[in-house]
This record gives sequence, structure tokens and C-alpha cells, in this order.
Amino acid sequence: MAAKLKYDSVKVGDEVPKIVIEGVTRPDFVRYAGASGDFVPLHYDQTFVEAAGIPTVFAQGMFTAGLLSRAVTDYVGIGNVRQYKVRFATRVWPGDVVTCTGKVTNKLERDGEKQIEGDLTVLNQKGEPAIRGSFRAACA
Amino acid sequence: MPDKSVVGKTGKPFKMQVDWSKVREFARAIKDPNPIYFDPEAAKKETGGIPVPVTFLQTSAFWTDETSSPGFGGFDMRRILHGEQEFEFFKPIFVGDTLTGITKVADFYEKEGGRGGKMTFLVTETEYTNQKNEKVAVSRSTLIETGQAVKA
Repeated sequence: MAAKLKYDSVKVGDEVPKIVIEGVTRPDFVRYAGASGDFVPLHYDQTFVEAAGIPTVFAQGMFTAGLLSRAVTDYVGIGNVRQYKVRFATRVWPGDVVTCTGKVTNKLERDGEKQIEGDLTVLNQKGEPAIRGSFRAACA
Repeated sequence: MPDKSVVGKTGKPFKMQVDWSKVREFARAIKDPNPIYFDPEAAKKETGGIPVPVTFLQTSAFWTDETSSPGFGGFDMRRILHGEQEFEFFKPIFVGDTLTGITKVADFYEKEGGRGGKMTFLVTETEYTNQKNEKVAVSRSTLIETGQAVKA
């Protein structure tokens, strides 16, 4: 697996290096639709969303969760993630600045591995949470 | 409208090939430039194969059809929200793997909501095994149907 974090050098409260996406776009949502197979029209079909009383298309929750997942894998190393969980809050709209952050909340031994747990948050430019999540990952 | 009787229902197992082209496309879509997805040599050295992004199992959408769904239909697409998503990983997943997924309805419940009126929650779980019959991952989705279209 990709280089693991050293369990002994991780402290509760350590921050996951943040990732900032300066303005997500409609083409981003279309690209994610094609890549993921999520063709729910709320994310690319303006006529459809207006008929549903929504002003414009908005990001797939899993698009934003994908942006956030990179913050985790950059930090713990790909292949070391044991659990990743997201809960969707505020929607992400075209033009939003998306900031992915996280913090280590616990160190534990589980399944014969040294592991860490952490909380994750995606904020928009107004500081509203778009995602609250958590992760658990193996360390060396 | 679905009801509590859907809990425990399972769909037919489906196959899913983990293709490099799809992994690259997905990594680009989530703006992850990590060379491990794009350079097989680097990937082999670092992890033993080209791994998949954490949320890659979402692409199972390309491998499923109505028979792989446990049959909870009847949700109104204009009123559906994806509430939560969780992945648990037990073994690594690499490009070249053939996964078998089976989806079941794990939970169903209703709640009085705020802006959207009554909300119906449906939790599905898809368990994935690889070609060596090892359980590699579980994906858990919570879908919410709101009582009316949620205004922005």
C-alpha cells in the first residue's frame, strides 16, 4: 500500500491537509455524471430542475464526496482507508468555493492494525457545511 | 411508495470489471491528480497494482440493471436526496479485478422533516467480493424521499 502514516507520530487533533477547489462548474458535474454513471438530471438538466422549483443544477453529493476523499487519501495513503462516511448538508452550487478539511479524533487498534479515526467537513465560501463525514485508516 | 416490507429484499448479484480507463476517468472527475491512477509502473511499485479511488464503487451504476436492485422502486426522482454514503474496505481493490456485488435493503423508516414535509429513508447495502471470493468492501447508501420538492 501507499506509504502509511506513522501511528506514533499522529496526534489526536492533527489536521488533514486541506484541499480548496476554487469554484466548481456545471461541466464538473457533467464530467462526474459521465464518470460515475449518476445521471440524476438534477445535476445537469436546467429545464428539469426549474420544473422541480430549484433555481439551477447543483453538484452530485458524491462529486463533492470525491473531492473530499482526495484529502483523506493524500493524508493516509491510498489503500489504507478502512472506512469513509459522508452525510450531505447544504447543496454545492456552480461557482461555489469548496474547502475540504479534516481532523484526527481517535487512535485505536482494530483488526490487528494500528488505526486512526477522524472527522471531515466540506465548507462552502459562506462557511456552511456541505458535507460532514468521517474516516478510519490504517497506520504503520 | 415503498414501505417497511422492502427491508431484507436483495437484488440479483452483478459483476463489475475494474477497468483502468474508468479509474482514470473517475480520478479526473474528482480532480485527483495522484500519479498512482495514471502510471501503472508507479502504481505497481507503490501499491502492487492500480488502486481505485475511495468512492469508485459508485461506478457500479454501469454494471447494474433493474434485476440487481432489491426492488424498492416508486421513489419520485424530483424528490430524492442522497442523504448519506459510507464505504468500508476489507481488502484492496485493483484494476483488473472482477467484483461481484449484491445489494439488499438494510433499513426503511419515516421522519417528519422541516422544509420538505414527511421524509422517507431507505438504506441499501451492497457487499462486494473479488474474483478470489474475498469480501473487499461494503457500500451503504441512505436515500431520502421528501414530502415535496425541496426548495433551495
